[in-house]
Amino acid sequence: MSGAPDRPDLIGQRIPRHDARDKVTATIAYAADWAMPGMLHAVVVRSPYPSAQIRRLDAARASAMPGVVAILTAKDVPHNTLATDVPGQTTTVGPLRAHLHVLAEDRVRYQGEPVALVAAETLEQARAAAEAVEVDYEPLPGVFDTATALAPGAPRVHEAGNLLAEWRIARGDVAAALAGAAVVIDGEYETSFVDSGYIEPEAGVAWIDGDGVVTIRLATQVIEHYRDVAEVLGVPQNRVRVIGTYVGGGFGGKEDVTVEVYLGLLAWKTRRPVKMVWTRQESLLSRAKRHPYRLRYRTGASRSGEIVAQQVEIVGDSGAYAYLSALVLLYSTVTAAGPYRVPNVAVHARVAYTNNPPTSAMRGFGAMQVVFGYESQMDRVGAALGLDPVHVREVNALRRGDTLPVGQVIETHVALPVLARRAWDSLGEPTPPRAPHVRVGRGLACNLQPYGRIVWLHDWSSAWVGFEMDGSLVVRCGAPDVGGGQASSLCQIAAGVLGVPLARVSVHISDSALTPLSGTTTASRQLYMSGNATLKAARELREQVLGVAASMLGVAAIELDLVEGEVRARDGRTLALKDVLAGCARASVPRSRLAVYHAPAGEPIGFMKVGGPDMAPHTPQTLAHGPAEPGRGSGKVFPDYTFGAHAAEVEVDTETGVVRILKYVAAHDVGRAINPTSVEGQIQGGVVQGLGYGLLEEVLLDEGVNQTTSFASYLIPAAGDVPDVQPIVCESGEGLGPYGARGIGEPPIGPPAAAIANAIAAATGARLARLPMTGERVLRALGALDGKDG
Amino acid sequence: MIVRFTLNGRPREVETEPHRTLLDVLRDTLGQLEAKEGCAEGACGACTVLLDGRPASSCLTLVPLVEGRRVTTVRGLERDGRLHPLQESFVAHGAVQCGFCTPGVLLTALWYVEKNPGADREQIRQALGGNLCRCTGYTKIVDAIEAWSRRATAEAGP
Repeated sequence: MSGAPDRPDLIGQRIPRHDARDKVTATIAYAADWAMPGMLHAVVVRSPYPSAQIRRLDAARASAMPGVVAILTAKDVPHNTLATDVPGQTTTVGPLRAHLHVLAEDRVRYQGEPVALVAAETLEQARAAAEAVEVDYEPLPGVFDTATALAPGAPRVHEAGNLLAEWRIARGDVAAALAGAAVVIDGEYETSFVDSGYIEPEAGVAWIDGDGVVTIRLATQVIEHYRDVAEVLGVPQNRVRVIGTYVGGGFGGKEDVTVEVYLGLLAWKTRRPVKMVWTRQESLLSRAKRHPYRLRYRTGASRSGEIVAQQVEIVGDSGAYAYLSALVLLYSTVTAAGPYRVPNVAVHARVAYTNNPPTSAMRGFGAMQVVFGYESQMDRVGAALGLDPVHVREVNALRRGDTLPVGQVIETHVALPVLARRAWDSLGEPTPPRAPHVRVGRGLACNLQPYGRIVWLHDWSSAWVGFEMDGSLVVRCGAPDVGGGQASSLCQIAAGVLGVPLARVSVHISDSALTPLSGTTTASRQLYMSGNATLKAARELREQVLGVAASMLGVAAIELDLVEGEVRARDGRTLALKDVLAGCARASVPRSRLAVYHAPAGEPIGFMKVGGPDMAPHTPQTLAHGPAEPGRGSGKVFPDYTFGAHAAEVEVDTETGVVRILKYVAAHDVGRAINPTSVEGQIQGGVVQGLGYGLLEEVLLDEGVNQTTSFASYLIPAAGDVPDVQPIVCESGEGLGPYGARGIGEPPIGPPAAAIANAIAAATGARLARLPMTGERVLRALGALDGKDG
Repeated sequence: MIVRFTLNGRPREVETEPHRTLLDVLRDTLGQLEAKEGCAEGACGACTVLLDGRPASSCLTLVPLVEGRRVTTVRGLERDGRLHPLQESFVAHGAVQCGFCTPGVLLTALWYVEKNPGADREQIRQALGGNLCRCTGYTKIVDAIEAWSRRATAEAGP
């Protein structure tokens, strides 16, 4: 009964996004643009101390202030424990038991930890009352770095101890391989705390809808947090609805809960609409950051440049709560040896609690910090052996059929040698130094980044595609759009399959009550997962409609095509789509289709095994993972990976230490570029965020107290700080997404810091091992400054 | 106090406290939500408006200071329901991702290029220094501005 194969005419087209016009005219209602009649304004009272006991909390005076409608503290929260396990459409989270208190009870563990909520008639009144909430804190000793946190006798952030999670991989005989290596390179690297830094602060409005459902409209990457709100309120999950807005940037920072639980509580208690918008200062103070890492690499290579062993130690700072730290660390562990075939690998990774701000998801999710380590090492191996940077990577690049250290077999094409060569060659003629004190050099860095969720999470997404009676098309999908063109790609896929002009497609997204759930806009998974669900729904709908048209015309469906709003038969006859849709009604054939896409699933691998005396499953925030058990499970952790190679040309001012990027080329095998403009945008945006990570950005903490709570002190790249980024989009067609697409949201942020470090080394001979590579640190590495790095 | 100014060509009169910012008055009193608050301290540029044709951070502009002046937001760029060519260029070049910075970027670019018709990419980048974008990496924003600038310059003739 199936029609002729659909022709993906729209795939690969540079189509302006459906929402671009609304965004240049600013008619999109972002989370903070929403208002309701009788709406209250709410603020969070936060701890000024990074580690303290709450001796007394008294809101009596604040409650009596003008306009104050509600002040909530821990005792007012029906269920004050919030699970921060993996959110989304997952059925199995394995051993994770990450929890925190919605509002602090007797203890605060980081500066900015929420202690109370205030709702008042005006924002000014709410802020004044928040100031008047009396909290008597007794400061306690804290730990502010991982070395102290993991040392015996350190103050405990949580009762069960400061080691939050630990992963190990052991493959081959590392000691023997290192002993036999022609060259052994030791390196220690340090990466920094950084912030997502989206321009839209966290915001939302909640109300109790006419049917009694708690409804929360907010900027989020994860509408499935409605379940967390329900759990906190103690109501069934179907009594909470989350409406996700078009998001003003996410990057992982809107993956964990932000305002939704507070808003749900306040709307539930006050029975009035409530709005909460975080200030920039609040966002920079309290939102989860990227984990800073200390990395220690020992790399052995043969004379011809083959890596024979990698020994890697990773220590990450989780801050005060677990959030997704254990999984971030897992990503690091699995990718620690880079996109290379390495026969002998030992990885030991730990993440520890401190009294610093919590860390959790951020674009790259643990697979990104380690790039700075393994690509710095790779460059040093090449230099030690006198090998060209491209050649040393070509020699070692993974190929289809190779096995990652964790035991996962690479099942798709790896274009790494081609990507590296093209990126490097695209730098063109070398730029001559513009002054005697300026040095110019080039660096290369490659990476691999998983896309899609860990296979034992059993991820899925669903989408609904249907025709209106006039032949216009509707797509419904729960996917939040964070600016990557998530919704637009779904339109493009459905319109292409069903032969409908894009102007005749409407897409409804990100509503937990009204759109089929699709899981999180994280893990570079939305095009892959929801793109597949939409493609499946559209193809099934096409078959349904062409089946009816076939009966109407008395031909086989295979003779028919759906093009430009009509059904065309091979014999030249046509039917208007709306006539066919009327025919569907007469034939009792639906003109819509709901489809579910299930990602490849797998079982937890051996080292996921949890247990032992250090496991305290009922203590909030405690996770502990046992050592690897080689031979257990298939070794498959992720559905697939995206590979990339970046090349940078930089100039180093040896008088000021300032590094300027002259040229930057970023090549990725994206499988298939559904919309090349969007793909390039992901690459260019990810690179610049990575350049910020490499050169500028650093959350500075003084004993847990944040010194960078404004955009005047937390510097993200401005237009003048960065060059044009030249993307190279390679299409192997080998991805698991629609038409062979791979995820490209996260991969481009991985290589920049390493590419710059390698370019600085090429220019000056100095090896930068700590991020960000500020002028001061560069001068220090050049030997122009004395003293310890501050 | 009463403050009178022109907003996108229309005279407006608002009753306000003198300590309120133009951004608050635009958003909360006049319902002009196109100016966004990203940092409330003049560092991100999301709240940019044109004040007598020049970019200003409306989050730092106390509303009495706009008495008698011309305020332009991105809603003032369309003519007869048609996008300004710079807006068209942003759409065509994929210069918009999340869109939160877009209104401010458009206004700064409009001001700069109208004043400096032959601006090169580096000059455009420097001019955008007060408008942060976290999504695009700026390349396509500069593409869009440069393309519009070239076309506008060509149309204006020698």
